[in-house]
Amino acid sequence: METAVIANPDFPFFIRRLIENHHVEGVKRKGQSVFGQAYFYGPIEHPDDLCLDFDCTAMPPKKYFLPPREELLHFTTRPTLSASAAMEIKELILIGVHPYDIKAITQMDLIFSRGTPDPHYLQRRNAVCLIGVEPTRVAPRAFWASMGAASVDSGFDLMLTDIGVHYVVESRSLKGEDLLSRYAKTRPATAEEISRRERVRADAAGRCRQRGLTVAKEEIPLLLEKFTDAWLWEEKSGKCLSCGTCNLVCPTCYCFDVWDELAIDLVQGKRLRRWDGCLLQDFAKVASGENFRETRTSRYQHRFLRKGCYLLPILDDVACVGCGRCASACLADIADPVDVFNRLKEEACKGEPP
Amino acid sequence: MRIHPLPEGSPYLPVWAEISRIEQLTESEKLFELQLLDGRPLGHKPGQFVELSIMGIGEAPISVSSPPGRRQSFELAIRRIGNVTAAAHRLNVGDKVGIRGPFGTCFPVEETRGKDLLVVAGGIGLVPLRSFIKYVLEHRSDYGDVTLLFGARNPAEQLFLDELREWKERKDLRYLETVDRPDAAWKGHVGIITTLFPKIRVDPAKVFCIAVGPPVMYRFVILEAKGRGIPDDHIFLSLERRMKCGIGKCGHCQINHLYACQDGPVFKYADIVKVKEAL
Repeated sequence: METAVIANPDFPFFIRRLIENHHVEGVKRKGQSVFGQAYFYGPIEHPDDLCLDFDCTAMPPKKYFLPPREELLHFTTRPTLSASAAMEIKELILIGVHPYDIKAITQMDLIFSRGTPDPHYLQRRNAVCLIGVEPTRVAPRAFWASMGAASVDSGFDLMLTDIGVHYVVESRSLKGEDLLSRYAKTRPATAEEISRRERVRADAAGRCRQRGLTVAKEEIPLLLEKFTDAWLWEEKSGKCLSCGTCNLVCPTCYCFDVWDELAIDLVQGKRLRRWDGCLLQDFAKVASGENFRETRTSRYQHRFLRKGCYLLPILDDVACVGCGRCASACLADIADPVDVFNRLKEEACKGEPP
Repeated sequence: MRIHPLPEGSPYLPVWAEISRIEQLTESEKLFELQLLDGRPLGHKPGQFVELSIMGIGEAPISVSSPPGRRQSFELAIRRIGNVTAAAHRLNVGDKVGIRGPFGTCFPVEETRGKDLLVVAGGIGLVPLRSFIKYVLEHRSDYGDVTLLFGARNPAEQLFLDELREWKERKDLRYLETVDRPDAAWKGHVGIITTLFPKIRVDPAKVFCIAVGPPVMYRFVILEAKGRGIPDDHIFLSLERRMKCGIGKCGHCQINHLYACQDGPVFKYADIVKVKEAL
């Protein structure tokens, strides 16, 4: 489909039609926090609920694909033992996902579809019609423009860009085209509108680059591998509270734990999974009491190496999209990847002749 | 957006197995003989593990202790140590449990054909190795000299006593055992497992060393094996981690870039010698 435009006065009408016909989730404002205005994903019941000029949501949209707590199985223990997979997934439209978060979702898609695929994740993924929006505002700790995540070519059904007076909209699927033809009043974008979209993109990316990551994304795996013994790791992790907040807010953290819940009749039960975090103290502990990542340094470093090196063969990319959530959420303020990468780079430069 | 093809069913759904026999091995270990209700054999290879489910309690990775392909049934030797294993110890013959798997890599049964074997078992490291040892003894003519070293903390923690006795008497297997702390009745060797090494002779050109035991044992066994000139790619180890999902997703068993549930639990030492988190 050619690039289209939804005129500004028609946009609330489009959202209203979506709400009338589908379950819609999207970005909403939350009261002021100490960090300023906070944004989160939740149900959109009215066009005014939706906020598309957000800088970054507190939490990524991963909960729609990998819920914080999810039923995997239902089982009965008596009179005969039986179990079945829990898969009651409802379709929804998710609106307001920035390209860096779409990139993260695309990475999760790879993880959950490779090898033995995970139908619980994939079913939710298939049930989401994803409407992205390009950022016009940049969060204080964001560096997505330096991580090749300023824009994405795939992973969405529709992509919106606010060019000031109108929304430019790009479709990437039949689902997306169908939504537009049914609910939106569109017209083809003019050449001037398309070049204005380029300027909007370049402007936001330019402001995002001011964050000052001095390392090229391609250098990150080598730097991390080379300086696993750098003093920086000890220094940073020395302040780590092992709270797992960096895992919680990360759009590419997907580790999970599995446990059983038995109903009060001791007959019916559920097997559930919930998010887990490799920064938490007992993440790698086994039943005998042995903890294979006992020190804070080993856990802190593991997260960086996993993002930068370990997942590289699977993703063919670094598993950090530069959203900056870990940096702004970390209570001890040690999680900022820009700081870690830049200082590893300094370390590398020290060794080289001027 | 790409529509992702959906697999049938859930990889987290276990199949059911019935307990056909329970044997108390030591104070804290029991051997369970199990049979899948659908009548299929488990189809495992020596060294692989299954996820054992006790519905309502949870799931735990347990290595298979019986050799493959003999009967429909298979055996799990389980130490009572966590929630799931404690619940397993409360079960009776006829009770049903869930099984997923088998998962992971196996001991090098093919690669070692025609070669000598030095098998080193520390404590319940004998549990997965029993599958391998029994397989080798069932195909004895396929292998060269076989030496088995077994170390336990004390005589009461020795597992599979009948089989140890049988192995001791076999002419085609050199079996040496030790305990760290003897009791009054113990007449055998005393000391950690590496104190058995001076008693054995190996041909480094022909021998493969297969070791399973606690993490601390590996450091010393590897030193001894290397001291005998055994090359790194002839040493195999099985590493314990928290394998939660078994399918390389949940992240708990990660050893640097490797997943113990898929790339392991059996690793060639040459492949992990530079992997910092391995040992």
